Amino acid sequence: MALTKEQMAQRIARELKDGWYVNLGIGIPTLVANYIPAGISVELQSENGILGMGPFPFEGEEDADLINAGKQTVTLKDGAAIFDSATSFAMIRGQHVQLTVLGAMEVNDSGDIANWKIPGKMVKGMGGAMDLVASADNIIVCMLHTNKAGESKLLKQCTLPLTGVGCVKKIVSDLGVFDVTPEGFRLLERAPGVSVEEIKAKTEGRLVVEGLVPEMQV
Amino acid sequence: MNKVVANAEEALRGIADNMTLMVGGFGLCGIPENSINALVKSGVKGLTCISNNAGVDDFGLGLLLQTKQIRKMISSYVGENAEFERQMLSGELEVELIPQGTLAERCRAGGAGIPAFFTPAGYGTEVAAGKETREFHGKMYVMEEWLRADFALVKAWKGDRLGNLVYKRTARNFNPMMAMAGTVTVAEVEHLVEPGEVDPDEVHTPGIFVQRIFQGSNYEKRIEQRTVRKR
Repeated sequence: MALTKEQMAQRIARELKDGWYVNLGIGIPTLVANYIPAGISVELQSENGILGMGPFPFEGEEDADLINAGKQTVTLKDGAAIFDSATSFAMIRGQHVQLTVLGAMEVNDSGDIANWKIPGKMVKGMGGAMDLVASADNIIVCMLHTNKAGESKLLKQCTLPLTGVGCVKKIVSDLGVFDVTPEGFRLLERAPGVSVEEIKAKTEGRLVVEGLVPEMQV
Repeated sequence: MNKVVANAEEALRGIADNMTLMVGGFGLCGIPENSINALVKSGVKGLTCISNNAGVDDFGLGLLLQTKQIRKMISSYVGENAEFERQMLSGELEVELIPQGTLAERCRAGGAGIPAFFTPAGYGTEVAAGKETREFHGKMYVMEEWLRADFALVKAWKGDRLGNLVYKRTARNFNPMMAMAGTVTVAEVEHLVEPGEVDPDEVHTPGIFVQRIFQGSNYEKRIEQRTVRKR
């Protein structure tokens, strides 16, 4: 079975290390905050100007002046800090944020990512994604392995306008976990019940499979 | 020194067709609601607006799009606005999309007198097309130029007669950099106070960057994505 959104978020949460500052993108990456392992303390950065972002507010306690980068109402943890957008991106470009998790429309086997524009159809803009992918040492992309037509989104070459070049280090898709290596996508784990053959068939880019690939614990 | 003006109409005196404006805010958070409403009433057109987002169809900068007063938008993310998308895809509206951190730094640079800087954001993408690139310490960077504006319209929580500003929570966002980069910076505040009522240690935007300040009214503070959890 392919992973659910929650299971993908859960799996990514296991990559977190104690003491990290982490930026979670909009969508599935936001869910990672719900699965931070016990005994691990991380601080969430939101690029509109928060360190120490807390959970969503209780009903009736929403504050229009306190939102995250997805424009959702949020709260602050004790010890949080607020700052302007230039300072926020100084944290990001200056590599003070240890991990970025974001979604993608396409990635390729040399680590390029496309997630901001479909020419002639959809132009939402890149927001902070270009700054984030150009700077972070550690980028995990969280995405569905195929599009609605069943075509691979892990490609030899991206077809959409790029967000960043050679920057993706790790991918958690609904079918497996992959490192991006000079040889291509290296399969580290399979989703429960998903075969190596299925992953091979649904991966257009170069895929490296070495030995027995373990099934993910979920 | 007294920078206080009576209202938004007076604060915007001098704004003319085809000017470049910076407008603070992130989404609908921390936007200068009073100044935007006054711009709609003024009827000025051909504006170039530099703002992280373009509002929603019936609020924020979306109001100026409905009335077709904006010729060009410079933003990082415009996904919440159907009228915007329509005007852009039809070619009525010119749009320059730039990475959010680059936008913030270009405003800061404009205010700080730094004509250009190098950033890794956008290297190898269409954002870097036609721009100088250079290698520093083994990594490639793109040269980006400062942004400046005829008017910068910002919103703060509290401000004094001298233009010292304090922002609240994430309503700060782009407001401080834009305040620095306007030839005329107009600040609207929820609380206009006397000098001495803002602790000097707590000033976010020093008054030197602000030319006009007024007490705003009737703040709607619309929430784009109301998200709550169960008790």
